[in-house]
Amino acid sequence: MKEYRTITQIAGPLVFVEKTEPVGYGELVNIVLFDGSIKRGQVLDTSDDLVVVQVFETTAGIGRDSGIRFTGETIKMPVGRDMLGRILSGGGKPIDGGPEIVPEKRLDITGAAINPYARGSPNDFIQTGISTIDGTNTLVRGQKLPIFSGAGLPHNQIALQIARQSKVPGSKEAFAVVFAAMGITKEEANYFMQDFERTGALERAVVFLNLADDPAVERIITPRLALTTAEYLAFDLGMHVLVILTDMTNYCEALRQIGAAREEVPGRRGYPGYMYTDLAGIYERAGIVKGKQGSITQFPILTMPGDDITHPIPDLTGYITEGQIVVSRELHRKGIYPPINVLPSLSRLMNLGIGKGHTREDHKKVSDQMYAAYAEGNDLRGLVAIVGKDALSERDRMFLEFADLFENRFVRQGYSEDRTIEETLDIGWNLLSTLPVEQLVRIDRDLINKYHPKFRQAGKAEG
Amino acid sequence: MEVKTEKTKSDTAGVLKRIAGPVVTAVGINAHMYDVVKVGKEELMGEVIKIQGENIIIQVYEDTSGIRPGEPVTNTGLSLAVELGPGLLTSIYDGIQRPLSVLVDKMGDFIQRGVSAPGLDHAKKWEFKPLVREGAKVSPGSIIGEVQETNIVHRIMIPPNMKGGTVQSIKAGSFTVDEVICTLDNGTQVSMMQKWPVRVPRPVNEKMNPTVPLITGQRILDGLFPIAKGGTAAIPGPFGSGKTVTQQQLAKWSDAEIVVYIGCGERGNEMTEVLTEFPELEDPKTGKPLMERTVLIANTSNMPVAAREASVYTGITIAEYFRDMGYDVSLMADSTSRWAEAMREISSRLEEMPGEEGYPAYLAARLSEFYERAGRVKTLGGSMGSVSVIGAVSPPGGDFSEPVTQNTLRIVKVFWALDAKLSQRRHFPAINWLNSYSLYLDSLHDWYDKEVSPEWNTIRSWAMEILQKEAELQEIVQLVGSDALPEAEQITIEVARMIREIFLQQNAYDAVDTFCDMKKQYDMMKAIRQYSDLAYAAQSAGVTPQQIVTIKSKNDLPQIKFIKDYTPALQKILSEMEAEFNALRSSA
Repeated sequence: MKEYRTITQIAGPLVFVEKTEPVGYGELVNIVLFDGSIKRGQVLDTSDDLVVVQVFETTAGIGRDSGIRFTGETIKMPVGRDMLGRILSGGGKPIDGGPEIVPEKRLDITGAAINPYARGSPNDFIQTGISTIDGTNTLVRGQKLPIFSGAGLPHNQIALQIARQSKVPGSKEAFAVVFAAMGITKEEANYFMQDFERTGALERAVVFLNLADDPAVERIITPRLALTTAEYLAFDLGMHVLVILTDMTNYCEALRQIGAAREEVPGRRGYPGYMYTDLAGIYERAGIVKGKQGSITQFPILTMPGDDITHPIPDLTGYITEGQIVVSRELHRKGIYPPINVLPSLSRLMNLGIGKGHTREDHKKVSDQMYAAYAEGNDLRGLVAIVGKDALSERDRMFLEFADLFENRFVRQGYSEDRTIEETLDIGWNLLSTLPVEQLVRIDRDLINKYHPKFRQAGKAEG
Repeated sequence: MEVKTEKTKSDTAGVLKRIAGPVVTAVGINAHMYDVVKVGKEELMGEVIKIQGENIIIQVYEDTSGIRPGEPVTNTGLSLAVELGPGLLTSIYDGIQRPLSVLVDKMGDFIQRGVSAPGLDHAKKWEFKPLVREGAKVSPGSIIGEVQETNIVHRIMIPPNMKGGTVQSIKAGSFTVDEVICTLDNGTQVSMMQKWPVRVPRPVNEKMNPTVPLITGQRILDGLFPIAKGGTAAIPGPFGSGKTVTQQQLAKWSDAEIVVYIGCGERGNEMTEVLTEFPELEDPKTGKPLMERTVLIANTSNMPVAAREASVYTGITIAEYFRDMGYDVSLMADSTSRWAEAMREISSRLEEMPGEEGYPAYLAARLSEFYERAGRVKTLGGSMGSVSVIGAVSPPGGDFSEPVTQNTLRIVKVFWALDAKLSQRRHFPAINWLNSYSLYLDSLHDWYDKEVSPEWNTIRSWAMEILQKEAELQEIVQLVGSDALPEAEQITIEVARMIREIFLQQNAYDAVDTFCDMKKQYDMMKAIRQYSDLAYAAQSAGVTPQQIVTIKSKNDLPQIKFIKDYTPALQKILSEMEAEFNALRSSA
């Protein structure tokens, strides 16, 4: 392989090389340092006279005397069956002291878009055992549902609880977890690893670790390596794969860093204008393919800077993903776990996975009714602060109480409490029964007669 | 722009000089703006978007990884065009009209590159029935025959860019879209397929003013903020506020004859949802599967960005084609913001001077050109047709002051403002009734008068007034609590709540409530009005609001939404209501 020593400029993560033979766009590049060590990069711009290379690691040690080797192919990920149970670096190298991965295939890490026509309809209900997800923001297989959190909130616990408890009721199909850490601390990574080891999940997992002190630019490829692995497990080996990506905020920061180094016209808050397309290239790799057994379900985690949901990172994410689970600082302060605020949370695919044949026929309407009642009660709290409880009408007081009950009985549950969907819905009905029946305008009479605790008991007595 | 659908010059070969993502530079070809070129050894499809001396700058519709300088580039000499003819309906295309089903057959479940696929099936035979005889005079746009495509009749026209003349021969029978079905005296040969460049609006005889509403079966839209057939509307809203559900409801239930749905830079799973759902849903008018009147364009967010830019043009050209047959077409674009972002991305790769928020300075011009292709028209063939355009807008952070929303609002006539607050409390459709507007109210006044009821326009104004009043009263309630309001205004609050909960809220997932015709809308609103009149009358007769709120029959009113044959139930509620009020008044 030809080695060039024609570096003309090094700026941030970018290396400019002159007078090369034709080089392909997106090609993988090896940069050979004076001590023989090798750094990897990728071609960002190629023309007759100048090639721009983005280096995935720190550029420390690269100089004008460094050698450049163009590999002639785009970045590929070696994948194989024995990846399960392994811990790899953010660049895909084993770091658990074990042997190299024996590749069965080498796959392009950018991944191709699933043809919308070939996509299967995601409608298998996943029971996470958490009421605020199962009951009001239901997850289905093949969905991408991010957790929007903030610094210091227990999003890691929630992600772990989901990873541990998730199951499709009545199904015993092979599953796997792919975990990609981007820029999180060693401590946080340990927290995940210990839980994986304790619960035995590690042997069904592939872990990619790019820690806080690893090169930021490497984070650009970490999620892509993870998803390439997930696609192999799902569509080649037929497993149901749960992908946890944490923390997407760090990924986006790395993206901004490169954009700035390339002197691109920045979009909102300095993030590159193509961030939507770039993130879509990651999130859209969730799904089901018709006629194939496996599936990819994604749980990206991101911390909203300043708890601001309109910040470009959560904003663009929310436009791509199929809903979001929002972790609330207010609920956390009240000591409620999991502090999931259902009001701004949403699962877009919920309606595909609930109802008759999936969960229960009353699911949708119970959920809507609880939402409406909780929203109303929550609004009244603001009013109470001004005029006091006594100025409220009888009706308003009931809704106010409902909001408190909802938080304490429906939202609040234990870290290892695994509720079935029936339990979740029954808690819902019990809470709704504190309101007068005529206030339940979103539920039709037939369902009220069948499931409302008052009528249900009456029905049983008669029957 | 010149209309080029046939080759105008011989191919010239050039070479690639530079590749940077979806934008590449070539030298050595004699290209014109918007010519389609084949890039690299794999012949990826691209379009010339800038000419700078020797350098021809091309946006490529497929992924450019691995392409090197020095690879060949050839110019086709054609503009980016779509194939129009039988076979469009029920199809699902990518942004440059490649049928996604064909792509699955050719390259598997994932989108690979370098595969071309024609928009129409050129092997399939269609049963053609002539509608003109030999010797008839025809001109561009004249309908010369028809094909029963689905339950929709596909009318075959003389293409607008051909010369008219006298029909020399025309034959019935089974033909492919390429075979000649008609010859004119000037030698022109007409087949069932025509090609049209997507960036050029198809010509019409005359643009007319819209006077008929596009009935959507959605109460807040038809009732309060209607769009006319041939009109334009924008639905801006933050994520999760229900843009896509609203767009899909419109695609399902609007009383257009043809629906073109563009998924522009949106989610793959959403398109799957449309693909699985539409064939099973019935058109309320014809009873046939909704899919039979639908053309889908899906260029999801992770598919190439240049093809996303092209997708809205592909969609509107197909819509115009059906309009030219004399159909009412509605086009949904979800989302125009992704389209604008594609423009921004290409523009920044061209290193153009950015306008507001990095968008190119021509953003406003492109948006208005696009919306201007909507309209109710007299076609070249002499019939009436329309294209209604409904564009979703996804403003970053839900902030309506951003450039795409603002530039869109300057053009469109209807604004359906989605509100995250409403969706959080599961008030759907989450359209804010105070911020939304429709500028078609005046031109549709007569239609509602005649087709719904002479009372309708008054009752609509009444409802809007109550809602406006409520908003003002709510500010006071926030300060002093509802009990402190005067008695009459407590009733106003109650009536407004009924309008919101009974009329405005609509469940898209309920089999009955998902579509509500105008008669039912009118009956529901009238029932609320009746309650209101009785309540105010009772109050002035000395009944307290606390007593009025206890009226039981009104609690059954929301159930009307979920009942198909609602009239008996509604009558029962109304007569009970009257009895209850009479009882209250006599005891007061």
